[in-house]
Amino acid sequence: MKKVATLILALLVTCMTFGSSFAADTIKIGFNIPLTGEIPKVGESSKFAAEMLKADINGQGGLKVGDKKYKLVFIYEDNESKAESAVAVAQKLIDRDKVLAMIGPNSSKQAVPAGEIADINHTVMVSPWSTNPDTTLDRPYVFRAAFLDPFQGPVAVNFAMKQFKAKKAAVLYSLANDYSKGLAEIFKADFEKKNGKGSVVAFESYGDKDQDFSAQLTKIIAAKPDFIFLPNNYNEVALTVKQAHDLGWKGPFMGSDAWGSAELMNLCGDDCIGQFFSTHYAAAGATGATKEFIDRYNKKYGYIPDDVAALTWDATRLVLQAIQEGGKLTGNLRKDRENLRKSMANIKSFAGITGNMTFDEQGDPIKCAVVVRINDKGEFVFTESVCPDNN
Amino acid sequence: MTRENLFSPSPSARITIKPIELNDIVLETFLQNLLNALQWGSFYSLIALGYTLVYGVLRLINFAHGDIVMVGAYIAFYISAALLGKYGMPQVLPGWAVLALTIPLTMVLTSLVGVTIERVAYRPLRRKGAHRLYVVITALMTGLILENGNLLLLGASRKKFPELIDKVIYKVGAIYVTNLKVGVILTSVLSFIVLHFIITKTKVGMAMRAISYDKFAIPLMGIPVDTVIVFTFVLGSAMAGLAGILFALSYPILDPYMGMSIGWKAFIAAVVGGIGDIRGAFVGGFILGIIEISVVAVFPSSYRDLIAFSILLLILTIKPTGLFGVPHTTKI
Repeated sequence: MKKVATLILALLVTCMTFGSSFAADTIKIGFNIPLTGEIPKVGESSKFAAEMLKADINGQGGLKVGDKKYKLVFIYEDNESKAESAVAVAQKLIDRDKVLAMIGPNSSKQAVPAGEIADINHTVMVSPWSTNPDTTLDRPYVFRAAFLDPFQGPVAVNFAMKQFKAKKAAVLYSLANDYSKGLAEIFKADFEKKNGKGSVVAFESYGDKDQDFSAQLTKIIAAKPDFIFLPNNYNEVALTVKQAHDLGWKGPFMGSDAWGSAELMNLCGDDCIGQFFSTHYAAAGATGATKEFIDRYNKKYGYIPDDVAALTWDATRLVLQAIQEGGKLTGNLRKDRENLRKSMANIKSFAGITGNMTFDEQGDPIKCAVVVRINDKGEFVFTESVCPDNN
Repeated sequence: MTRENLFSPSPSARITIKPIELNDIVLETFLQNLLNALQWGSFYSLIALGYTLVYGVLRLINFAHGDIVMVGAYIAFYISAALLGKYGMPQVLPGWAVLALTIPLTMVLTSLVGVTIERVAYRPLRRKGAHRLYVVITALMTGLILENGNLLLLGASRKKFPELIDKVIYKVGAIYVTNLKVGVILTSVLSFIVLHFIITKTKVGMAMRAISYDKFAIPLMGIPVDTVIVFTFVLGSAMAGLAGILFALSYPILDPYMGMSIGWKAFIAAVVGGIGDIRGAFVGGFILGIIEISVVAVFPSSYRDLIAFSILLLILTIKPTGLFGVPHTTKI
């Protein structure tokens, strides 16, 4: 009798331990974001948006996968806005924290190298903000929520040609930044294709952590362009625009999506008023689910969410939707990660707050871009929407 | 005097030199860039002066100096914000008065920071007779502590430095210059003159030079070495504070790492000028500024650092002690 009782007890214990380890009640998602370094506001926006989403879902008891509800656990790691740290963070999230999927990094500068790590470790990564083609190129495990620079470049070119009647352009970009350099080159090629060779009258760059651009700007202004294209991070934009005005530049600037941080107007002030940039969504004048997101975020954190916040929201929801569509979680991390990749790849269309997206075979969304104007109050006002079909 | 006389070495030489008609745009660009270079060089000069003062007296490369500039900029930010009525204080002063008060206050507070660093980090090592290499490593660590301490204390968000004086843009021909640019250049020249006077004409300056010459014999002469060293740090850090304010006014975005890259480059400028000699630091700073800007003006800007530092390397190869330097037997 005693033996049987012991056996039953042992069986029970085994069942319980194995049972609980097989059916862990949580889903871990890692965030590889810049909480310090060059662009800390980007990391903060991502984190705030993710926290809001987590609170929503865990408030309802968790994410329903199959017939079981899982609590979400989000792990935020700081990549210091550096490529090498982003790689280390990706490795840590995948190996040590054993996340099911990774959101981020945001900038292409970090997303391109970190994507390699995610791909060779067979873990799904979704970059909310990266627009450089190399991030997802030939990497089946890497996806994104933003449009691509080969699309964004021509959007800027066409808009500037129409708005400023531009025939000559100048470009100032950051040499050490994959995003800035890539977009500058795409822009130059497209502008010269449409306006003839030599129509980009100045193509200048600067280095990492530079603060003085007076020599480059003097050269640019002497070349007399119709406008200056600045595909750079918002902190550098603030300095560039001011210095150009000090050197007597009165013409317009055209920017790219890296301008769209909530911090741009704090740093740039009056100098940026009236400038245009292409971006992922326009907060001023939004409707429906987008407006609901903006209002809730603004109420909770006290400022209008920038595009990174909205894209992180979309990227995370995309992953959660794929987890749900995958049916059930086995508890075997390798199988679950592989399963998640399959369901990510199977998503054909997704209604995000930054617009509807459909996905191509590279894992890149096909979606619209908007061009916004910075008005007198410092708000980013919708000016034009450009979709891939009519481009 | 005719133009030919100006150019030809002697009237008998039969060389006629035709005056080159400068294309207007070339001349304008040149003058504009010269102004840009003088402004940028002023920052290198001001920071290099601080490096060289401490090196001249202690033979210590104070690698925390760039970060002291950053601290100076943040101190200036908080003082001016307080005077502008940010923290519940009423704003009674106009912008120029705020600036006039911020400059001396920042210089005083920044020198306190410098003296504290000397007292806490460098002096104990000096007392124990540690090799200079360890003091240099301590300086590097102090710099990192300042950066990361700031990051922890104030967060990673950047600060926007207020515009204290109304910006005036002067237009001379096709050349644009702001009142700030002129102010920066004049300040750096003025601070060099003041420093030069202190070092060559005053008693404490003589003591500084004496310690630099022989730090073992000097205490025997009854000169209080520690007091003179503290004075050196006061001067050097006050220069850093001044550079910090001017930098924040010219490039009004503050972040904890802002002093790092300009600090390193100013150090190189000090070495090229001949570290330990304040004339060298002053001239070296402007040389680096002019080289950097003119490389960008002539070549594609992506080659800037490559070409600029190759030129500096060449200068050092020809004259390893720097332009004004005197060879020493032991150097790090």
